Amino acid sequence: MDSRTSSEHPSYLASGVARPVKVVVLGPFGVGKTTLVGTVSEIRPLTTEEQMTEAGQHIDDLRGLESKTTTTVAMDFGRLTLTEEMVLYLFGVPGQDRFAPMTKDLMEGALGGVVLVDTQRISESHGAMDLLEKAGLGYVVAVNHFPGTPRYAEEELREALDLEPTTPLLYCDVRQHGSAMAPLIDLVKHLIRRARLLEDSP
Amino acid sequence: MVRPYVPTGGRAVPTRRSLDLATLLIPVRDKPLHGLDVHAFRVMRHCLPGTQSVAEVSAHLKLPGAVTKVIVASLVDSGHLISRSPAPAAAQQHDLGLLEAVLHGLQNKL
Repeated sequence: MDSRTSSEHPSYLASGVARPVKVVVLGPFGVGKTTLVGTVSEIRPLTTEEQMTEAGQHIDDLRGLESKTTTTVAMDFGRLTLTEEMVLYLFGVPGQDRFAPMTKDLMEGALGGVVLVDTQRISESHGAMDLLEKAGLGYVVAVNHFPGTPRYAEEELREALDLEPTTPLLYCDVRQHGSAMAPLIDLVKHLIRRARLLEDSP
Repeated sequence: MVRPYVPTGGRAVPTRRSLDLATLLIPVRDKPLHGLDVHAFRVMRHCLPGTQSVAEVSAHLKLPGAVTKVIVASLVDSGHLISRSPAPAAAQQHDLGLLEAVLHGLQNKL
């Protein structure tokens, strides 16, 4: 049954894949999160809906939900099978403060994050960086370069973003496959450096 | 659109807390489906052909994530599904073997 149905339903994972990892992609509305997810994903990007109460509290108990005012937040995600047993899920999450409770939930169990930046509105990515830092997750900052927008010197950008010297910063074009993969690869390299430092420290 | 409080019947079991949107759901094919309520049956019918994440089940069945988790949790508890969740972030950060496997996997996709 396995092999036959998996070709009829290509959206199912190969049997043997049993280890999920995830990365969150954060950034302001319209910065290119969904495009990045779509460029990298092996499946057509999907959308899942999460509900939050007006107070910004994530739904924890479904009982009595009808009496609460809720906001529905759509989250786009994609996936990439990495090995015979491991699969990466990429979730695009709005970076705005009001979505913070949902973002915090999603960051649980994540390897790390990619913060997308539009140089025309750099400050809109600060909230995402704060959330990742508070969660203790490693992240990279990727400037989605829109053609025709100015390219800033790395030093200038680092200062505007108030980046730690060790946080990787790169330019990318999330519509191009290789370029959209670059922030993910840089993220994992950064996480490996961090893990080695942790290992070396007593 | 199904209202969130309809399909769950007010159930709230602890298994739900261990479920993540990225949790993989592996079907147990020899478990009989009779006795499942309509929503659990629908989720099971979707899950039987192969492994998918909670997020994918949620998206394909057009159920909110939180609702999907409640239904899936009951199916995990009843032995219809096996769940495989991501390791806690703190554990993954020290797991060089895991991180290197992820890196190689990504580089192979270039």
